[in-house]
Amino acid sequence: MKTSEETKHSWLWLVLLIPYVALLWLPFYNDVRPSLLGFPFFYWYQFLWVPLTSLIIYIVYRGVK
Amino acid sequence: MSDLVPIDPVAMTVFIAFFVLVTVVGFFAARWKRGDLTQLHEWGLGGRQFGTVISWFLVGGDFYTAYTVIAVPALVYSVGAYGFFALPYTIIVYPFVFAVMPKLWKVAQAKNHITAADYVHGEYGGKWFPAAVALTGIVATMPYIALQLVGMQVVIKGLGVSGEMPLIVAFVILALYTYTSGLRAPAMIAFVKDIMIYIVVIAAVWLIPSKLGGYAHVFDAADAFFKAKGGATGIILKPTQFTAYASLALGSALAAFMYPHTMTAVLSSSSAATVRKNAIFLPAYTLLLGLIALLGYMAIASGIKVHSASDVVPALFGKLFPSWFVGFAAAAIAISALVPAAIMSIGAANLFTRNLWPLMARDITPEKEAKTAKLVSLIVKFGALLFIVFLPTQYAIDLQLLGGVWILQIFPAIVFSLYTRRLNTPGLFLGWLVGIVLGSGMAIAQGLKPVFALHVGGATYPLYIGLIALVVNIVVAFVVSTVTPRRVQVHQAT
Repeated sequence: MKTSEETKHSWLWLVLLIPYVALLWLPFYNDVRPSLLGFPFFYWYQFLWVPLTSLIIYIVYRGVK
Repeated sequence: MSDLVPIDPVAMTVFIAFFVLVTVVGFFAARWKRGDLTQLHEWGLGGRQFGTVISWFLVGGDFYTAYTVIAVPALVYSVGAYGFFALPYTIIVYPFVFAVMPKLWKVAQAKNHITAADYVHGEYGGKWFPAAVALTGIVATMPYIALQLVGMQVVIKGLGVSGEMPLIVAFVILALYTYTSGLRAPAMIAFVKDIMIYIVVIAAVWLIPSKLGGYAHVFDAADAFFKAKGGATGIILKPTQFTAYASLALGSALAAFMYPHTMTAVLSSSSAATVRKNAIFLPAYTLLLGLIALLGYMAIASGIKVHSASDVVPALFGKLFPSWFVGFAAAAIAISALVPAAIMSIGAANLFTRNLWPLMARDITPEKEAKTAKLVSLIVKFGALLFIVFLPTQYAIDLQLLGGVWILQIFPAIVFSLYTRRLNTPGLFLGWLVGIVLGSGMAIAQGLKPVFALHVGGATYPLYIGLIALVVNIVVAFVVSTVTPRRVQVHQAT
């Protein structure tokens, strides 16, 4: 039981890599459109990743506690 | 200097009032959560007792500096989207902090480590490699402190006061309360600083776009401005800038918590869980930083022209805010210089006292240790002051750039050592040396620019030099550690 749980937990840590992929691969977001509230996509996409990253860290925090 | 504005008595009064308030707080902090300040872990780490809320303010106040508030909008004003790399940088730093720093905190707490070099000493023994790690931290931090002074100088100039006198007064006061209160002073001042900066930025991003016709108009104005300007500018990146942008963000994120000031703030937390929780909540400051960066575009949209890009923020506030708020904003930025400058000087002083001083002194008692650290914190700040008063600002900017490359070279010794036993001192030492020499060489060859164009199979990838040097460093560290006996200490050094 313990080993399977540890495996599950170690998988959860990999979730932390998502913000790196999302923000370091520029072709994902280097565009003006679609804009939101006057912000070009390039800007609101990166701003959006601030709360998303907090959320991801929180999920891992809860999961591995 | 020719574009000095006339002194506004209201702005000046508000500015001075807040400065006095912070000074009182700084001296009062010595009594806060009372501890024996003749002990280094009390003076230099605040007794390792700061809970989630205090740590949040402290790390936030420490990591997002006055220089950031001035330099990031200045870069965005000059080149556009490229200057925004600070945003992904300060996002992706937190998963790293969450995964790595609590582990380091636990070891540091268990073995009473006060610095990163203490940790390296604890893992590998010896004194020369820990000394090299300490020296890297001190040298990388000095220009960073100097740049905080630049940030302060810019806002004081924005209030219409020229000359170095106000800067000297501010720094002498800072030096005195840091000396008496240690880390408790910036921890307490960070509350005032962070709340003020939040107020200023929220007011700015709320009010300024409405005066300028909304965000869509701000971005359109910036777009038109960069189209007219040409070159590698624009409100989105050129495809040739992709690797530079991403590698600057990643390299800066990996370097960020290797610096002595951020390390000090993390180690002063009361528990590993405090560090983890703060990785969840600290990104709030990143939202703030992103909004601060947008001030660069607002300056463009409001038609501000400055001789030096670093004047855009004070110029923008001066043009669009009432005078009492100009004073408040200037105070917020100036105080934003004090918090990191204090922690940086404490971090550097801790490194010197723990990891360099033992090379030249014997019979070190805890009292002597704390006394020396206090003195060194004074010397460090005084050095930074002399640097800014007597040398061109560009030197500090260039050195800070090199400092970022250098500090990244202690990454394998700190971070990898938490996860693997396969590294040894010769490997890490040689990797560090190769990284520093290679990184400095590339930066100098590029005319002190952070990016180096790497040619791979006919294509060209501009990459952050610090990151290139780190990769070479890591390869050297592992290869040398594999071919040399394990756990060898460097006795051959004389």
